[in-house]
Amino acid sequence: MSAASQAPSETDLKTRFTPSLIIGLVIVGFWLLVALFGPALAPHLESDIVTDMSYAPAGEVGLLGSDYLGRDVFSRLLYGARMTMGLALLVTLLSFSLGVILGFIAAISGRWIDGLMSRINDALMAFPSIILALIVMSALGTSLMIMIVTVAIIDSTRVFRLSRALAMDISVMDFVDVARSRGESLWWITVREILPNTLAPLAAEFGIRFTFAILFISALSFLGLGVQPPAADWGVMVKENLQGLLFGSAAALMPAAAVASLTVGVNLIVDWFLRRMGGDVSQELMN
Amino acid sequence: MGRLLIRRILLGIVVTWVVSMMIFAATELLPGDVCHAVLGQGATEKSLESCRERLQLNQPMHTRYLQWLGRLATGELGTSLANDLQISDQIGARAWNTVRLAALTALIAVPLAVLLGLIAAIRADSSVDRGISIGTLCFISVPEFFTGVLLVYILAVQLRWMPAVANYRDLTRGDFLEVIEALALPIATLTFAVLAHMTRMTRTAVLNVMSSPYIEQAILKGASRSRVIIRHALPNAVAPIVNVIALNLAYLVSGVVVVEAIFRIPGLGTLMVESVIYRDIPTVQAIGMLFCVTYVGFNLIADVMAIIANPRLRHPR
Amino acid sequence: MSAVIDIQDLWVEARSSGGSFQPIVEGVSVSVYPGEVVALIGESGSGKTTTALSAMAYSKPGCRIVGGSITLNGRDLLKLDQEERRQLRGREAAYVAQSAAAAFNPAIRIGDQVIESTAIHQLMPRDDALREAVKLYQRLDLPDPERLSNRYPHQVSGGQLQRLMAAMAMSSSPALLILDEPTTALDVTTQISVLSAFKDLIRGQNTAAIYVTHDLAVVAQIADRIVVMQNGKVMEAGATEQIISRPENAYTQTLMAAVRPPPKSMSVEGEGSDQTDDEMIVSVDSITAGYGRTETKIVLQDVSVAVPKGKVVGVIGESGCGKSTLARVIAGLLPQRSGEIYHHGQELPNVARRRTRSVLKNIQIVFQMPDVAINPRHRVREILGRPLDLFIGLSASARESRIDELLELVELPTSYKTRLPGELSGGEKQRINLARALAAEPEVILCDEVTSALDTVVGKAIIDLLKKLQANLGVAYLFISHDLSTVASFADHVVVLYAGRVVEQGPLASVLAPPFHPYTRLLLSSVPELRTDWLDGVVASKAHLDHLGQAVDSSKVGCPFFSRCAVAVNDVCNRQDVPLRKMDQGHTVACHLELDALRG
Ligand SMILES: Nc1ncnc2c1ncn2[C@@H]1O[C@H](COP(=O)(O)OP(=O)(O)OP(=O)(O)O)[C@@H](O)[C@H]1O
Ligand code: SF4
Ligand SMILES: [Mg+2]
Repeated sequence: MSAASQAPSETDLKTRFTPSLIIGLVIVGFWLLVALFGPALAPHLESDIVTDMSYAPAGEVGLLGSDYLGRDVFSRLLYGARMTMGLALLVTLLSFSLGVILGFIAAISGRWIDGLMSRINDALMAFPSIILALIVMSALGTSLMIMIVTVAIIDSTRVFRLSRALAMDISVMDFVDVARSRGESLWWITVREILPNTLAPLAAEFGIRFTFAILFISALSFLGLGVQPPAADWGVMVKENLQGLLFGSAAALMPAAAVASLTVGVNLIVDWFLRRMGGDVSQELMN
Repeated sequence: MGRLLIRRILLGIVVTWVVSMMIFAATELLPGDVCHAVLGQGATEKSLESCRERLQLNQPMHTRYLQWLGRLATGELGTSLANDLQISDQIGARAWNTVRLAALTALIAVPLAVLLGLIAAIRADSSVDRGISIGTLCFISVPEFFTGVLLVYILAVQLRWMPAVANYRDLTRGDFLEVIEALALPIATLTFAVLAHMTRMTRTAVLNVMSSPYIEQAILKGASRSRVIIRHALPNAVAPIVNVIALNLAYLVSGVVVVEAIFRIPGLGTLMVESVIYRDIPTVQAIGMLFCVTYVGFNLIADVMAIIANPRLRHPR
Repeated sequence: MSAVIDIQDLWVEARSSGGSFQPIVEGVSVSVYPGEVVALIGESGSGKTTTALSAMAYSKPGCRIVGGSITLNGRDLLKLDQEERRQLRGREAAYVAQSAAAAFNPAIRIGDQVIESTAIHQLMPRDDALREAVKLYQRLDLPDPERLSNRYPHQVSGGQLQRLMAAMAMSSSPALLILDEPTTALDVTTQISVLSAFKDLIRGQNTAAIYVTHDLAVVAQIADRIVVMQNGKVMEAGATEQIISRPENAYTQTLMAAVRPPPKSMSVEGEGSDQTDDEMIVSVDSITAGYGRTETKIVLQDVSVAVPKGKVVGVIGESGCGKSTLARVIAGLLPQRSGEIYHHGQELPNVARRRTRSVLKNIQIVFQMPDVAINPRHRVREILGRPLDLFIGLSASARESRIDELLELVELPTSYKTRLPGELSGGEKQRINLARALAAEPEVILCDEVTSALDTVVGKAIIDLLKKLQANLGVAYLFISHDLSTVASFADHVVVLYAGRVVEQGPLASVLAPPFHPYTRLLLSSVPELRTDWLDGVVASKAHLDHLGQAVDSSKVGCPFFSRCAVAVNDVCNRQDVPLRKMDQGHTVACHLELDALRG
């Protein structure tokens, strides 16, 4: 196929921006704005008790009613966005750098180091992640610091496995052999030959890891082991207001829906991205 | 094949052993010792001493590890640090709730997921498939507590079809219908959590098989649609599907913890979370070990099934 | 007599990646009469398979037939519904796929798959069908016909599976047989027996057949008529003799020109290059190499090869014999277990990274698959610039003009500098590959099957380019190929590799002339010739049909070729170490037989 035929046609553009991608982008963009500016716009502070009525219905007190202590659910939701997303981003950045760096090191180093690192990783992956977190936190305590580090390390095992596999796959490609036969250094081979070819799958993995971190952190908070009240975190808010469900209050539903919408949004984008990568691969095969 | 299976099973045993060492070693991560951490700054020398006595901290680590393994094996797990009850009694009392929840979920989720996955695969790229794809993507993304809370809110609070919180403690004696009614929402929640993954993976597994040249060959021999699927595709898809199922059953272990918390079911998950909060380390270790053994076991089953179902390995040259 | 299949003005579309439909077959007409074989030939992507499959009213997923008529045994397939089409498939028309290994269901016994058509269409009872199948196995020269039905596909070799495909297709005695590149995946020596098996079957049953291939020499053996396709259109159609000897269409003529004449056992003429006189750029001495960590898999055993300055050393052997491994050892990518590598007489470290810069510069490698041999994320400028920076060291402007020069050298426009590999065709990628090797200004280039992933016409252009570069730059090649004709067309010296051992080597002319190593003889006689009666002649000599598809075990004692050798001496060849027989001009043959016996 000639290069000229690569210009995007109209139909290509249509498949490029699918409705699900647009929905995903809108949702994620919305929550990003909320996380950035939400607290500034919130009518109350996260810990302000605005009414002595617990579980006041939406509209009566504030936009979304009050929670079990009489705090404004809407304001807490806005604060929670920053807390939850900020924590998740921090955890993801940590786990990602850890996983990618170690994964690459394992992939390019010799049998011994690779074997050792992979076995340790396998051992950590032999635990269901939430159980491992529970065990570690029972020993080390349930502070926020410990939770962040624990979740990041657990999460990094998945990143490690992927980046090691990616780097391994590419390191046996002929063009890497060409570089080796030129006498290139390991550093050059890793950074110039291997890394550029792993960027796309790693980007998708970042999205997946981000949703995983959100889910993991809010689940721990929900279990009472992550973010501690009175800080506003979506998981904490669900836990606090669970009782309210019995009185017909939606105070627990709102933060749960917030988590759900955010993770769905991110996953819609990732899904589109992965599909496109698949498309590109098959396109390359056709050429 | 026999050798491969034995190797795989041995590996499972080694993994379990490593896991047990790591669980045991978790307590050794502490800067001081367990008793210091658990009893806090205000602990008296005397209470510390008795705690150490009880956990036999004055013995070397490997002796304690072996003793711990022995206790795990015999079920003599000692008493809880939180309330002086026998750990094994507590676990025994609650295990049934957890096992029942997980088993009933599996009973519903597995056939449903395989069916949905098959439908999606057979009608690939149709609107049905796309619907299933979007739906499952959403359910993979949302947390269990969202599904749970939403179900409670709609079915119990708004529609008043069922109780939002049942009295699970009495359930051991309750009749079957009562159990079902009380567990319907937890089961539904947990089902959604595992269903999505299983459906998607089943679809992929079947599609992979369906795109192989031997399927095309069968079509070109004039085989009917049902013959292509039943005779040619299924025997080759069984292995990956069984693999998918076992992997997702392993995932139930995690899901159970959160779902029990949503519905306040007194099961192993809630017990473990409570124990973490009270820093009742012996109990956490015991339940953690139980969960991990289950998890490793299901993963092992997944591998073994994949080996057994592979014709190349079943009929070696 | 009416045609079995009559395809008129066929149009097929395929969904492109953007979702819109593009025509891939445009107005093709083909018809086949009983007992006749019509070949569809053309490059990959020319629509051959699509056309052939339409004869069963089948189109691959993502494709659809949009126009024309397809008449099979008097019925227009396009007017039939799904169920009626299903009734025809497997009964009136049968399909033999390119890769038998993939087309057999791994979970079902061979017998059940072979007779499946008869079961689906209820043509005969199962026992009868199985008995018929055994007869077919016998006719196809398959080993152990009685028990073959009970085996699973992975328990038989690739060549046998391909013949079993034929049995599968013939079990229901269809009126039309569609063969889609049925021998392309096979080694030359295996190809012959499969080819003749197909030919016998078709003749014996008076079946009409459509034979899809890109290989003209194969076509000449089996086809009565040829349809030449390019880009979904018919370029020329006619009787085989006419197309081969008097092609009219310009495209057919290029196709014919790209076919290399088969190497003939030449009478030794001229001087031939005596290796010992020349200066050796690289040589390996008694190399043993293999893969694997704990259980070592030995791939190369005791291999000695040398490349003289400015000469071409061809390495030939079938798939898996260790050709690529040899190149990798020389390039320092795979450390050898024992033996030495020399560069101008100096021993080299076995890992590239420990070699000096000038050694690295002087030995360059070009790989088989152009698609994976260049980093898809690097632009052409970067790809060619890196060896310049590393080995030559130029100022920015000199570097730029050198890149232009290199592109011109491989006959590409200089505007390609800014392109990514994804924006190049397979042939263009291979040229960039070559340019990258040339950038280092090496003394020798290791070329590993540089043309086998390319279409014949494109491949010929690459070979011509290699020749030109050798003449102009004086660069030497270690030219690896499984295709004897290609090697014979420009090597000075030939090394014949079998199961990781050098069975014969010497100047081209001496290797292609008697005395032959029995394997070389088999290879030579297996290369199809562009004569319509060639196959019958070869098959009459019978040397091919024995011991097909035997697993080659390179670690055995004795001669590795023993299980396939037509002149083997039992208890000698398989027991004793093989002596190396030396002749003049460095010509050696590893065989127990005396030279006189090998001459005959
Ligand atoms: N990385 C590897 N690990 C293990 N075995 C390998 C590896 N690469 C090649 N082999 C094996 O070594 C043998 C020789 O392989 P090699 O690639 O040298 O063959 P070849 O002659 O180049 O074949 P082809 O014509 O198919 O390219 C084969 O049996 C192959 O399966
Ligand atoms: S040594 Fe024997 S088996 Fe080997 S090629 Fe010579 S004659 Fe044949
Ligand atoms: Mg090779």
